[in-house]
Amino acid sequence: MVKANSIPRVWRERTIKYRLIGGKCKKCGKSFYPFRRICPRCGSEEVEEVHLPREGKLLYYTVIRAPPSDFEEYAPYVVGIVELKDGTRVLAQITDVVEDQLEEGVNVEAVFRKYREQGKEGIIEYGIKFRPKT
Amino acid sequence: MRKVYVAGIGATKIREHWEVSLRELLVKAAQKAIEDSNIEKKKIQAAFIGNMSSGVLQGQEHLGSLFATWMGIPGIAASKVEAACASGGAAFHSAYLAVASGMYDCVIALGVEKMSDALTGDVTAALIMADDQDYVAFTGASFVGLNALVYRAYMKKYGAKQEDIALFAVHDHKYAVNNELAQFRREFSLEDVLKSPLIADPIRLLECAPTGDGAAAVVLCSEEYLKEANNEVKIEVAASTLATDILSLHDRDDLTTLRATVRAAEKAYKMAKISPSDVDVLEVHDAFTILGVIHLEDLGFAKKGEGWKLVKEGEIELGGKIPTNLMGGLKARGHPVGATGIYQIYDAVTQLKGEAGKNQVDDAEVALAQNVGGVGGTVSINIFRRVR
Repeated sequence: MVKANSIPRVWRERTIKYRLIGGKCKKCGKSFYPFRRICPRCGSEEVEEVHLPREGKLLYYTVIRAPPSDFEEYAPYVVGIVELKDGTRVLAQITDVVEDQLEEGVNVEAVFRKYREQGKEGIIEYGIKFRPKT
Repeated sequence: MRKVYVAGIGATKIREHWEVSLRELLVKAAQKAIEDSNIEKKKIQAAFIGNMSSGVLQGQEHLGSLFATWMGIPGIAASKVEAACASGGAAFHSAYLAVASGMYDCVIALGVEKMSDALTGDVTAALIMADDQDYVAFTGASFVGLNALVYRAYMKKYGAKQEDIALFAVHDHKYAVNNELAQFRREFSLEDVLKSPLIADPIRLLECAPTGDGAAAVVLCSEEYLKEANNEVKIEVAASTLATDILSLHDRDDLTTLRATVRAAEKAYKMAKISPSDVDVLEVHDAFTILGVIHLEDLGFAKKGEGWKLVKEGEIELGGKIPTNLMGGLKARGHPVGATGIYQIYDAVTQLKGEAGKNQVDDAEVALAQNVGGVGGTVSINIFRRVR
C-alpha cells in the first residue's frame, strides 16, 4: 500500500545513483552524496560534480529484520554507512555477506545491484551496493 | 512578543483505538482541553494540528478544515503542521507564535496519529518517509535501522554498553504503571529488554517506542483570556523553539549528537532565562533507548558519552537530579508519532499543575519538553513555568 512508486522519479535520479555521482563544495571543501547544487553544510552554491571513488570502508551497519513493506521479500538484509576513499559517506546496502559475520571497518567496493521492484507491473529499481573487498 | 499561557490540556489514552476514527480522536482531545481551560469553544480562533502520516495511513489530508468541521467551529484559521515525529512540537510552536504575535488571543494546538489502521510493514514504510525517499528509504533502511547506526556509533565512540543504555526502557515502563493514559502500564526487567527480538541490530523490540493511536491538545491564550479561564495554577510558556539539522545521517560528521537539539536548547534556555539546572521535570523523545541517553547529553544534563550514567545512577528517577519521562516517555506512555510532542507537553504541564499523582515531582516549577523529528532533522523544545 505505502510505496513511493513512480517511474519518473527513478528515471530522473538514475545517473547519480548508477554512477555514484557526488558533489564537492569549492568553498568548504566537503564532498557529499548524492550530488546537489548547494552544499548542505555551508550553503555555498559553488559545487562541482564528482565521480566518487568506488572503494571505501564500512563504518557502521545494521541488519534490517523488520523492513518497510516494499522490502519485505528481501529481509533480513544489511544497511550501512560506507566511508569512501575521499572521505564521502554513503548510505547503502551491504551485499554478499552473512549478517552475523560482518565487521565494522572492513574494506568494501561498489557493485551494481537490484534494490526493489515497484510491484508486479512496475519497474525494477537498481543502484549501488557495497560488498567486502577480497 | 507578548506572554503566552497554557489555559488547558486534554488527551486520549494511547492504545489501538480500533473503534475510533482519526477525526474523532482529535475531537475528543480538543473537548477535554477546552473543558480543562474553562474557555468557551467559540472563543478559539485558530488550530494547528500536528500529524505526520494521515495521508498515507488514512488517505486523509486537509486536517485543519476536517477538525474545524467535526468540532463545530468552522470559520477558524486551521491547518496541519508536519515535521515527522516532531509534528506535535512544531504545531505547538506555530500556536505559540500565533498568540505571542498578537494576531490571535486563543489558539488550540493538537497532535494526532492513528497507526493501527495500517499493517506493520506499511507503518514502517510511512515512518521512513521522515528521511530522504530517493537516497535513504530507497536502500531499504527502516527508521529503527537508522537509529541502530546511531547506537553503533555511540557505543564505538564512548565504549558504552547496551545493558546500560537499555535501562532507559526499564525506567519508562516503571513510571507508566501510574499513568492512566499510557499504552503499556507494566514493568519490564533489563533481562526482558535484552532478550526481546532484534528489530535492527543492535536495537531490540523493547528498546523501541511502540506504535499506537492517540490525540492530545493544548489551549493557549493571552493574559487577558487567562483571566476569563480563572485557572488555579497559572502556567506560562517560558520558551518555544524549533531547529533543524542536515536531514540524513551519512551527511553529518558526528552521529552521536543531535545538533538540532543543541541549537534549539541553546535558544530555549536563553529565551526562558534559565540553565539546565533550573529544570525540575524533563520530557525527552526516547523513541529508542539510545536517543534518551543522547538527549540527556545534548540538553546539557550530562557530559557527552555519559548520559547513560545518569540513568544507571538513578538521577533521572523521581527524587533524582533530573526527573525524566515520569509519565512513561515514548517507550511506555506510547508514541503516536505526530501526537507525541503534544503528549509530552500534556505530561509536563500535568506535573506543573501538581496533578501527576504518584509520579509527582514536589513543587515542580519548570518543565522542559523535547520533541524530535526524523533522526534529529528537526527538534522542538518547549519550556513551561508555573507562575506564582
